Amino acid sequence: MIEFTIWDILRNLLLAARWTVVLSLVSFLGGGIVGALLLFLRIGGNRLSTAFTKYYVEFFQGTPLLMQLFLAFFGLGLFGINVPAWLAAGIALILWTAAFLTEIWRGSVESVVRGQWEASASLGMGYVQQMRYVILPQALTVAIPPTVGFSVQVVKGTALTSIIGFVELSKAGTVVTNATFQPFTVYGLVALIYFALCWPLSKSSQILERKLNVAHRNH
Amino acid sequence: MTYAFSFSWLAEYYPVLLKGILITIELIVVGGLFGVALGTACAWARALGPAWLKPLVSAYVELIRNTPFLIQLFFIFFGLPSLGVRLTELEAANLAMVVNLGAYSCEIVRAGLQATPRGQFEAGASLAMSPIQTFRYIVLVPAFQRIWPALSSQVVIVMLGSAVVSQIAAEDLTFAANFIQSRSFRAFEAYFVTTAIYLALAILLRQVLAGIGAMIFPRRPAR
Repeated sequence: MIEFTIWDILRNLLLAARWTVVLSLVSFLGGGIVGALLLFLRIGGNRLSTAFTKYYVEFFQGTPLLMQLFLAFFGLGLFGINVPAWLAAGIALILWTAAFLTEIWRGSVESVVRGQWEASASLGMGYVQQMRYVILPQALTVAIPPTVGFSVQVVKGTALTSIIGFVELSKAGTVVTNATFQPFTVYGLVALIYFALCWPLSKSSQILERKLNVAHRNH
Repeated sequence: MTYAFSFSWLAEYYPVLLKGILITIELIVVGGLFGVALGTACAWARALGPAWLKPLVSAYVELIRNTPFLIQLFFIFFGLPSLGVRLTELEAANLAMVVNLGAYSCEIVRAGLQATPRGQFEAGASLAMSPIQTFRYIVLVPAFQRIWPALSSQVVIVMLGSAVVSQIAAEDLTFAANFIQSRSFRAFEAYFVTTAIYLALAILLRQVLAGIGAMIFPRRPAR
């Protein structure tokens, strides 16, 4: 039987961790773009688009991410496309991230006091100008800490894509375990790699929150 | 798209779904109760406990909050047996949920405790109550009242996260969906129905928790 050293295990896990990082970045950036579009539909749109974004958010926050992955994986297949795991994983994670980000950002925009809208309107600004010069700069400082904090959820969310067969850190953990029969060591190392990815994000979210201390600025 | 949807499998397989729903409910009831209890104990340890305990609790909380639930589950189910701890699928799933919710609710309860005015502790001490009595009778209830909404949404998040326990063959709702799709080959429909059930469960759980909150905290929060 082949003997595996810790370094053999760690090297293979780190190689797979690249895909966790790539998928996290794609989901976060894609989710950010879709989330921004949804935000404008939600706050600037008519009654129909507001209702749509509300149900969109309710669906993605009220169902398990795993189910969303399954639905994307098997649902896209219904259109006769041969769906690779990375495509289903990417689409589901982008839509899921968008739902959470748009909800965070909506809260941030709504935290800007009503008088700011009225003040800028009284200066003769249009909707786009109000957003660009008055509301968004203030909303942004509120939004940054929870947005960074949510990126941790995205990294952890990518672990579920292993279940539909995308080979990233968690899947590599299972594969390496099956080869080495050392689940304790392997899953311990997998957890530590996730921790190394997520902890700096959590910490910077906390630090940003303290630095910007936005919760009590408007009062 | 030339795919004909069919839900006729429901007639044959609905008992499987029902059993899955019951297990998911069992998981969230046990996980919710013990998880919040563990979280409260950890929050107490962090705020008022002995000095040697604080870094241990912090390490536990940070470690759980920054790793995926799936890996925690795999570690407990596949990793712990090499230490001699052998658990059944359901025990491992329950333990993982308790450990996971414990860490998150620790942070939430801690936020509630931090918002408690210092004078409350002093008032308790001046009534000759021990620190534990003060904590139990004076500090905890208003703190819980304050954090109840945040705690409720965390419990819902953990319930949705429990879908993952099907991966260690704990027979929850997702396990039922996997079973049905492998028998009936109606993958999309099986997951569609299951997703709808999860959505209903999430809405129901939110209502139940709001009801419990209204029952145990009848007054407006003290400010």
